[in-house]
Amino acid sequence: MSERFTKGMARNIYYGGGIFFFLLFLGLTFDTVTVIPERENRENLTEQVAHGKEIWENNNCVGCHSLLGEGAYFAPELVNVFQRRGIENELAFKGYLKAWMGAMPTNVPGRRQMPQFNLTDEEVNDLAEFLMWASKIKTAMDWPPNIEG
Amino acid sequence: MKYQSQAVAKPYFVFAMILFVGQVVFGLILGTQYIIGDFLFPEIPFNVARMVHTNLLIVWLLFGFMGAAYYLVPEESQTELYSPKLAWILFWVFAVAGTLTIIGYLSVPYATLAEITRNDLFPTMGREFLEQPTITKVGIVIVALGFLFNIGMTILRGRKTVINLILMTGLIGLAVFFLFSFYNPTSLVLDKYFWWWVVHLWVEGVWELILASILAFILIKTTGVDREVAEKWLYLIVAMALISGILGTGHHYFFIGAPDYWLWIGSVFSAIEPLPFIMMVFFAVNMIKQRRREHPNKAAMAWALGCTIMAFLGAGVWGFLHTLAPVNYFTHATQLTAAHGHLSFFGAYAMIVMAIMSYAWPLLNGRESSSPQAQKVEIASIWMMSLSMLIITLALTVAGIVQIYFQRMPESGQAMGYMATQAQLTPYYWVRLIAGCTFLLGVFMYLYSFVVASRTKADAPLIPVKD
Ligand code: HEC
Ligand code: HEM
Ligand code: HEM
Ligand SMILES: [Fe+2]
Repeated sequence: MSERFTKGMARNIYYGGGIFFFLLFLGLTFDTVTVIPERENRENLTEQVAHGKEIWENNNCVGCHSLLGEGAYFAPELVNVFQRRGIENELAFKGYLKAWMGAMPTNVPGRRQMPQFNLTDEEVNDLAEFLMWASKIKTAMDWPPNIEG
Repeated sequence: MKYQSQAVAKPYFVFAMILFVGQVVFGLILGTQYIIGDFLFPEIPFNVARMVHTNLLIVWLLFGFMGAAYYLVPEESQTELYSPKLAWILFWVFAVAGTLTIIGYLSVPYATLAEITRNDLFPTMGREFLEQPTITKVGIVIVALGFLFNIGMTILRGRKTVINLILMTGLIGLAVFFLFSFYNPTSLVLDKYFWWWVVHLWVEGVWELILASILAFILIKTTGVDREVAEKWLYLIVAMALISGILGTGHHYFFIGAPDYWLWIGSVFSAIEPLPFIMMVFFAVNMIKQRRREHPNKAAMAWALGCTIMAFLGAGVWGFLHTLAPVNYFTHATQLTAAHGHLSFFGAYAMIVMAIMSYAWPLLNGRESSSPQAQKVEIASIWMMSLSMLIITLALTVAGIVQIYFQRMPESGQAMGYMATQAQLTPYYWVRLIAGCTFLLGVFMYLYSFVVASRTKADAPLIPVKD
């Protein structure tokens, strides 16, 4: 490296750049946090939805599935399963999810398996509420690209 | 070894390697389940094997970083470690807590684990990479604080080199950003937004400081090049890492419900993220070219140089491949993500830990390097692991492209379903699994090189008295 470019200059870029961009990031974070409630319809984030998220977490669904494109890639994306399997109808989706959760595991030889979680009716209902709420989050470019997720 | 207390790095390195073997074995289980869906079901469901795989990875890398710090900081500071005893206590605390957590994952259903560890009191579980029970997370924080105290006091007492300061900043950052794992709001979008403060700000932020400072240490020691030169490089590399990487977090905010401006910010800044990685390659090549001495530990130099190249490929090339928003729109959460995740984690972080181990282990055992015979085995293991990982990456890349072509690109109605698409990918998953087996072979070759080293210690060069 050129001799005129000193270690002191490199150090200043490190401290200056690091601090500047971190502060900028904090600013953008502040703005994002104020906009999120509108994009996720916070007013519809009910007790049931919150409970649904807890069930989602306590059973580690994200260890096989992705949700909003994050998680594992072993099983279908679930943010639009409401549209895919529930034809965007709440009753139809709740009926579907209850049947699906009850039917697991399929025990089809060689096929990927989803465990039986022994959830109560109320738990499946809240899980459905959570997935329906998530499916309505406004995402950029309306991701996912199509119904298959 | 110049300071007796550096020896406390040993148990950290040994335990890291035990966990590494475990991690790869669980990787092979996952790879098999990808093909034979009901393999080991219901005893070990995929999600359980996956969290064992990824958590072991993170924990062994943390053991590796700690071992590296216990070795490197006293030497850089030119003083004994503040408290070797504390380092030993923390070693056992971390090892026992980690082992218990893995046993917990494997022995009861996850929901039961959440229940018995009272996740309801302070829910933090059930999110990718952060699956640990809350109590384990608290344990990690305590270990991290004790570790930082120990290392920090050592640096305060001794020489404050650039390497020490940047390493310390990286380690403090690691601990600070881990605190966001305790923030789990009911809002899924907020949850995801701050989840990345742990994951992205680790691997594309503060961990890069740790990586670069360990790299600089190894290069200075093995090439004998003037410290001033290396420190200038080091500052520039970490400067670029932070300048690109902090706002680069935006490449995870494209499609999770955050505002649209992240499409631009995330794309532009993460597009610069390969820069620090290519700089590390030039750094290593330049240092080696200008070397003032012939260090006998060729294996450590091969690890260091290999690390920069593989990290550049995994993070720089494979990262760039899917980081622009219009591309990520299609690639998000496909096998391409897995391809990138593997090559980057291996190239950058697994390899730097093995590089410092390779450099430090002979010195911790009274030799400047291991014998030429042992180094031959070791260098062969580097090739074996690196080529296997490249094949894994290529197989997953092809799988990802095919997946996108069938499942993501067509309109709704025309697109193939997820499960049907997966069935098309089986051949590539076989390639991944076979390469995974040769990868494990590479790991065993690496471990075997230490056996050879101890058997042929007589042929290994002694540490020069004046160094
Ligand atoms: C061990 C892995 C695993 C876990 C954990 C898991 N699943 Fe699944 N899930 C699967 C697999 C595999 C399929 C596809 C099954 C098939 O098509 O035969 C699936 C399919 C589904 C589907 C149907 C998706 C569709 O588009 O057809 C829903 C809904 C679902 N899972 C919900 C859940 C929920 C809710 C949880 C957590 C309580 C969960 N899963 C946990 C593996 C898992
Ligand atoms: C060698 C054999 C290996 C095999 C067969 C293997 C296989 C797998 C599989 C199947 C997954 C889950 C992907 C999914 O969610 O669907 C996974 C995840 C992961 N593995 Fe491996 N793995 C191996 C080795 C490694 C190594 C050596 C590393 C790092 C050094 C690693 C790092 C990771 C990471 C970071 C993830 C999470 C990826 C993500 O979320 O995108 N694996 N692995
Ligand atoms: C050594 C450094 C890096 C490591 C260890 C790493 C690791 C990972 C891992 C494990 C994931 C998957 C996370 C998940 O499970 O959701 C990921 C995602 C991602 N990485 Fe990296 N990464 C690194 C550097 C980079 C760089 C430099 C870039 C860009 C140039 C990049 C771009 C991305 C993108 C865009 C995603 C999101 C993928 C998706 O949408 O599914 N990464 N990274
Ligand atoms: Fe990232």
